[in-house]
Amino acid sequence: MKKLLTALLFAPAVALASGAGIHLDKAPDVQGDKAALQSGAKTFVNYCMNCHGLSYVRYNRLTELGLTEQQVKDNLMFTAEKIGEQMRVAAQPAEQKLWFGAAPPDLSLIARSRASEEASGADWLYTYLRSFYRDQKRPTGWNNTVFENVGMPHVLWELQGQQILNKEHKLELSVPGKLSAEEYNKQVADLVGFLVWAGEPGAGFRKQLGFGVLGFLAVLFCVAYPMKKRFWKDVK
Amino acid sequence: MASNTSFEKYKSDGSLQGNLLEWFDARFPATSMWRGHLSEYYAPKNFNFWYFFGSLAMLVLVIQIVTGIFLVMHYKPDASLNANGIPVAFASVEYIMRDVSWGWLIRYMHSTGASAFFIVVYLHMFRGLLYGSYRQPRELIWIFGCLIFLCLMAEAFMGYLLPWGQMSFWGAQVIVNLFSAIPLVGEPLSIWIRGDFVVGDATLNRFFSFHVIAVPLVLLGLVAAHILALHEVGSNNPDGVEIKKKKDANGIPLDGIPFHPYYSVKDIVGVVVFLMVFSIIVFFAPEGGGYFLEYNNFIPADPLKTPPHIAPVWYFTPYYSLLRAMVWPLFGIDAKFWGVVAMGAGVVILAFLPWLDRSPVKSIRYRGPIFKTLLTLFVIAFAILGFLGTQPPSYAFFGVIPSAPVAQVLSAFYFLFFLTMPWWSKIDKYKPEPDRVTM
Amino acid sequence: MSNECKVDCGRRRLVVATAAVGGVGALAALVPFVSSMLPSERAKAAGAPVEVEIGNLEPGQMMTVEWRGKPVWIINRSKEMLDSLTKLADAVADPKSEKKMQPSYCQNETRSIKPAIMVAVGICTHLGCSPSSKFKKGAEEGMDGAWLGGFLCPCHGSTFDLAGRVFKNKPAPDNLEVPPHKYLSDTRILIGEDKGA
Repeated sequence: MKKLLTALLFAPAVALASGAGIHLDKAPDVQGDKAALQSGAKTFVNYCMNCHGLSYVRYNRLTELGLTEQQVKDNLMFTAEKIGEQMRVAAQPAEQKLWFGAAPPDLSLIARSRASEEASGADWLYTYLRSFYRDQKRPTGWNNTVFENVGMPHVLWELQGQQILNKEHKLELSVPGKLSAEEYNKQVADLVGFLVWAGEPGAGFRKQLGFGVLGFLAVLFCVAYPMKKRFWKDVK
Repeated sequence: MASNTSFEKYKSDGSLQGNLLEWFDARFPATSMWRGHLSEYYAPKNFNFWYFFGSLAMLVLVIQIVTGIFLVMHYKPDASLNANGIPVAFASVEYIMRDVSWGWLIRYMHSTGASAFFIVVYLHMFRGLLYGSYRQPRELIWIFGCLIFLCLMAEAFMGYLLPWGQMSFWGAQVIVNLFSAIPLVGEPLSIWIRGDFVVGDATLNRFFSFHVIAVPLVLLGLVAAHILALHEVGSNNPDGVEIKKKKDANGIPLDGIPFHPYYSVKDIVGVVVFLMVFSIIVFFAPEGGGYFLEYNNFIPADPLKTPPHIAPVWYFTPYYSLLRAMVWPLFGIDAKFWGVVAMGAGVVILAFLPWLDRSPVKSIRYRGPIFKTLLTLFVIAFAILGFLGTQPPSYAFFGVIPSAPVAQVLSAFYFLFFLTMPWWSKIDKYKPEPDRVTM
Repeated sequence: MSNECKVDCGRRRLVVATAAVGGVGALAALVPFVSSMLPSERAKAAGAPVEVEIGNLEPGQMMTVEWRGKPVWIINRSKEMLDSLTKLADAVADPKSEKKMQPSYCQNETRSIKPAIMVAVGICTHLGCSPSSKFKKGAEEGMDGAWLGGFLCPCHGSTFDLAGRVFKNKPAPDNLEVPPHKYLSDTRILIGEDKGA
């Protein structure tokens, strides 16, 4: 029975996500750094958006990263005509499914869905994007230590260079890329920061408002509690 | 409300306002309701911290209904894919989160409210255990309360399908499949519930209907019955003594104070403190560390791919553990069926408490060591069962102690606590109750 | 209440203070719920300004574009059509366009920025039907002999001239609405926005 239940509940439990035992590097927090988020947006539009949509984000929302509408239109907006449109992929999901076997997922919520009890979604993405290695057994020629048998090729390889898995099962740079390791880490951190932002663009405002609401409730407490005291002073 | 008719009707002082009120009161029991339920409803004066959670449950109910009404204006129960290849229902939740002005706040209030509801209700129920609030003459209040709890579980379960994420989908899939364990009728029954061979658009639409109309109506009716029954017999208190036994010359309980203004002002303070905690979650941690909004539910439902680890939302996990603990087929029926029975019995057995408890006193203050020990163990067992329900069955404590046998022992304890109560509650020591309440 | 508090002055003050602060909070809590019913970002994006190329619009022709789900007419009026406007000054209800049915830059005889190019929302001001164009004169369009060209609303028979001005004694109360618009170039119009125009 136990087996039956387990089979029913957890059968296709392939450790895809934040599998146990994989060490995830801490992603730098760049949410307060508009320049970093802008650079992340640029990387996203240039490298990721050929296949992945960010379809819950409208282009005009990018102005919250400190850009003007004109800047967004000129530098980031290639798949839409109007600033209010969503950041869609040019390709149709159905066509993509034909080409790739599975449609590359929309990334609007990737940073939220990749979170786990052990690490944030940002940590997962930050480690994942730096853990591709050459593997000729894979159809794309790429594999990943965080996401085993990943379907996606290493889109940023020109920047990072090519890694291989050495005898101790550690990643090792075999062919250097255009960027140094530090530069590449920074670029990935910015990209991840942008994806975290895209997961909930209103998160910054939400927290600011939270302080206001708590402040108000504190004031309310400061009158409600003495009122209660005053009423109750004759209850003995 | 025992003496609905004994309150005098409002008499006008001759002013226009007064005349209007008199006209109204002659045709509607406004004054008598106000007095019977608030200004002349005498509640024991010694309510403590634990007595906040009843009014807080009402507050959360209101929050859920109001935010729910506004969410329904934008949400679409539709499992088909939109132009971006994302299920419409899932996309409509993100539409609320991003495109609707303030939609994010309304949605987070609703999702946090769901968890808050269970926190508050569990504490409210625990209060009943502590002070014997289910004992005679309050059995019916307790039974209405158990029905409210059942309704709440149904409401939460069906509401959880609506965002149409991976956890929504697979959670519903597993729970609906439980019904297929019932001998003979199980399979057709689960198909009937889904309206399809898998959880699909038909399921989503009927769950939506139940979640926004049917269950809330029943819930409101039960809440009204719960409160009417309470006001008929009067509130219990931390001492578990009946304040109605000692009355003054006017027939007012000596230890009673009018609910309004005393408890209305006190509950306002409780509400403010509750709203602070609620706001901290809504504004700073709406995911509740993955317990209030599960991470996998940010992935749209995919009927072809089960997430690596699925667990129900935290408030169901103690009962989910009871379900998983049953692994032996009995009487020739599959163990799966007995798991369902265990889960159901775990909830239903609560309703029998008024007749299981044979102690001569109500409140923990005057009960003996057996009750105190067993209640403590019960709370610990319940918490561990809840924790294990969030973990895969392969989980091991400290990496070595397998959790499955632990869960089975604790599940057995859960039921034994109730089933042996008539015996141990009778032989337990007790202290004499005081005549009057203590402050 | 100054010095004759029957019960307890301090208590009363605290009740008032709590009610006041709580009332402010309740009002503030209304804001999110009320604003959630305003047009969402999606609705705003769908209602965003529309760019129209009018280079191919010959004199005497009309084209229709959609803006915020409503038909917007663009008419390139011929010399003859424009002349009809002056002749009809006595027949229309609001010849000088004094009612606010157009942006101030269109409050002129032709109700337009460029005299020839008319831009108007094609929705009858009576009950919201879309009038049909009757550009030819008199009987050719089945109108009476004095008809110089304009629009007829099929629902209740309101008639408008070629500047969208409503004729006297018709059910429609106002002239057709002229939406905010501006010229991006000589032949490109942006409908829905007039900032910097």
